[in-house]
Amino acid sequence: MIHHDMIVVGGGLSGLRAAIEAKMAGIDVAILSQVHPGRSHSGAAQGGINAALGNHPDGHDDSWEKHAFDTTKGGDYLVDQDGAVQMAKDAIEVIYEMDHWGCPFSRFEDGRITQRPFGGAGFPRTCYGADKTGHYLLHTLVEQAYKRQVKLYVEQYVARLIVHEGVCQGVVAYDMIRGGFETFTANAVVIATGGAGRIYNNSTNAIINVGAGMSMAYYAGVPLKDMEFIQFHPTGLYTTHILMTEGARGEGGYLVNGLGERYMERYAPKFMELAPRDITARSGQTEIDEGRGINGQGYVHLDLRHLGAETIIERLPGIRDLAIHFEGVDPIEEPIPVSPCQHYTMGGIDTDVDGRTIMPGLYAAGECACVSVHGANRLGGNSLLETIVFGRRAGAEAVRYLADLQEKRPNARSAFAALQAVEDEIQALADSTGGEDAYAIRTEMTDIMKDHYFLFRDEPTMQAGLDKLMVLRERARKIGLRHTGSVFNLDMIRTYELPGMLDVALAVAAGALARTESRGSHYRTDYTTRDDENWLKHTLAYYQPGVAGPRLDSKPVTLGTFEPQERKY
Amino acid sequence: MSEITLRIKRQDPQSKTDAEAHWEEYKIPYEENLTVLEALFYVQENFDGSLSFRYCCRASICGSCATYINGAYRLACQTNVKHLDTDIVSVEPMPHLPLVKDLVVEMDDFFAKYEYIMPWLMRNSPDPDKEIAQSPQDRKKLDMPVDCILCGCCYSSCPSVWGEDNYLGPAALLKAYRFEVDSRDEARKERLPRWANERGVYRCHTIMNCVEACPKELNPTEGIQWLKKAAVRRKLFGRPK
Repeated sequence: MIHHDMIVVGGGLSGLRAAIEAKMAGIDVAILSQVHPGRSHSGAAQGGINAALGNHPDGHDDSWEKHAFDTTKGGDYLVDQDGAVQMAKDAIEVIYEMDHWGCPFSRFEDGRITQRPFGGAGFPRTCYGADKTGHYLLHTLVEQAYKRQVKLYVEQYVARLIVHEGVCQGVVAYDMIRGGFETFTANAVVIATGGAGRIYNNSTNAIINVGAGMSMAYYAGVPLKDMEFIQFHPTGLYTTHILMTEGARGEGGYLVNGLGERYMERYAPKFMELAPRDITARSGQTEIDEGRGINGQGYVHLDLRHLGAETIIERLPGIRDLAIHFEGVDPIEEPIPVSPCQHYTMGGIDTDVDGRTIMPGLYAAGECACVSVHGANRLGGNSLLETIVFGRRAGAEAVRYLADLQEKRPNARSAFAALQAVEDEIQALADSTGGEDAYAIRTEMTDIMKDHYFLFRDEPTMQAGLDKLMVLRERARKIGLRHTGSVFNLDMIRTYELPGMLDVALAVAAGALARTESRGSHYRTDYTTRDDENWLKHTLAYYQPGVAGPRLDSKPVTLGTFEPQERKY
Repeated sequence: MSEITLRIKRQDPQSKTDAEAHWEEYKIPYEENLTVLEALFYVQENFDGSLSFRYCCRASICGSCATYINGAYRLACQTNVKHLDTDIVSVEPMPHLPLVKDLVVEMDDFFAKYEYIMPWLMRNSPDPDKEIAQSPQDRKKLDMPVDCILCGCCYSSCPSVWGEDNYLGPAALLKAYRFEVDSRDEARKERLPRWANERGVYRCHTIMNCVEACPKELNPTEGIQWLKKAAVRRKLFGRPK
């Protein structure tokens, strides 16, 4: 048994920032991460991070109020406005802090941080470092974590929360390098494990983004919120689904169909390519579905050629490298084949603006959490921002909780019970004779999610998808291990994580089927308009042990000064 | 090409039966733009669940899947089989590093050296209310070193590392360069003694394997040479930078 005052699960931007906050307050904090923190998926973010700095010549009239408004409108008013306001206010401070910590943002001639236009934003407010902003921010926080000697447990796969009488007291983890399971007790646990994109077969996400932290909290009785809201990015590379940043359009890139038209004119004449992602992704898919893809095929073109070699090399070098390596296309010479892809999980573990869940001692931050600042559709540049703002807030709140806590000794009996439960699960998988193949089920699940819960949804399609997922969930009770070695056992991790992925997928499916309206990313061809009277509320999904699919409930949206109105771009 | 032969160097030092390094061969169906990482997953899912390898982003930014493929350092995810110009693909763990299992090597020393070099911005001045101003020209000096993904290819490829365990190696020194060259950094004597010595820059003999090995096409040697000159400047003229 290893003890720290505070455990952070996940070493991406949210987890690092939460841990750094705690460390600065003198707390004994450790990060457990499945990969070295510098390899986290935060590093794949490209385009930038929003803050109303007003550095851009066209941004002098920008303000955090306008940032909060754009965020709320972009989220189709499902945003909790206290969260959006808090994020927009904190944004300015955290950007300067990241600069003071060494983040290599690109610079204007006057030495200030550069900003570029992004989708759904009234001003150019997206701060960036070329098209590698996530990589730069991530490495900056990794450096700060080393500087401050945050304890890092690297390549630890966290399997379960330790819960004692309804209070979170640590985690059970598999040591991938040395083998074996260990209990890590703590009085506060922050989950920062990222999104669940890999429940889809066409995700831009890293391979480890399977929603593990979400399912872990869900199994412990914490609800998942608004899971039906999945963001589809308009521009993933056609064959590999690797992200082509919105920044490419922020720099002036065009979206073009098979007829050579800039088709966004039909859908968002004012904002054009910089309409919010839900609208831009649906527009692209409509072009494809109506036969106006390139050569009638399932993709459109992201055309950067008119920007010129200098701009592309200077501001979009990463995009160019990815297009060359993975699609064999140099954007200086040719347009890039792109199609809409799963990109982001707006929903997640239900938290407030300080990362609190309903379980004492348990916090969540970043993509795995749902504050909700993104509502029904996240604006580009707000996810990197969310990770740092809410990682910091969750860390600070956990510190306050620890300061007030009377009983600081985690219960050893509960810790051992959790360890035994995990070892029993692994043993059952090792002994399984059920004959079901975890990898085949995973493939079927990701196909179902793409085929039944993509950009355009309707009741018959979603009901059929839910029925199939229910069957898969039952079949998943009969999966088993192929390999039982103790060291770096990928088979064990990938088999063990599958039921959690299915339960997260079921929460997405059930929420989507129940919500009889169209809002943000959730677009239904049988209910094409937003229904504020009945659906201006969050969906809550609760895990039901032994039953496939969640129990659904709801809670009100925290409104504020921005009255819900029709979204036009 | 309808299928490829994937050869993987397998070894499980803890196992009674697989403790010796050996090659195993698998036939993988070929699809357009198949990557080596996808081929490894194909083996793990269809032939042998016991195969171990690192992965994460599959978009050449996280640095997890650095391996030795057909005689060259590469990221498995970034390696399009079609560009190898052969239907026989051989994958080995990065050489000269202690093995954990199969394609997974120990990176503890690598990150210990990274930490040792003090890879963070050092300031003495109070922070301004806004950003620390930096000209685009000064920012441009960071373009190369900040793209490092800490994959370890350069470190594994460096003969000076092979010969001397205490040598910090190209990646850590590139990181030192990244901060020493940053106009915002105000370190004077803190970092310098850690790299301006025989464990540091003077152990580099400009063999330049690191330049060839880097999958991000960075140039650690250039950074190391800059540091050597900076050390002399500081000794001769006492200039901090």
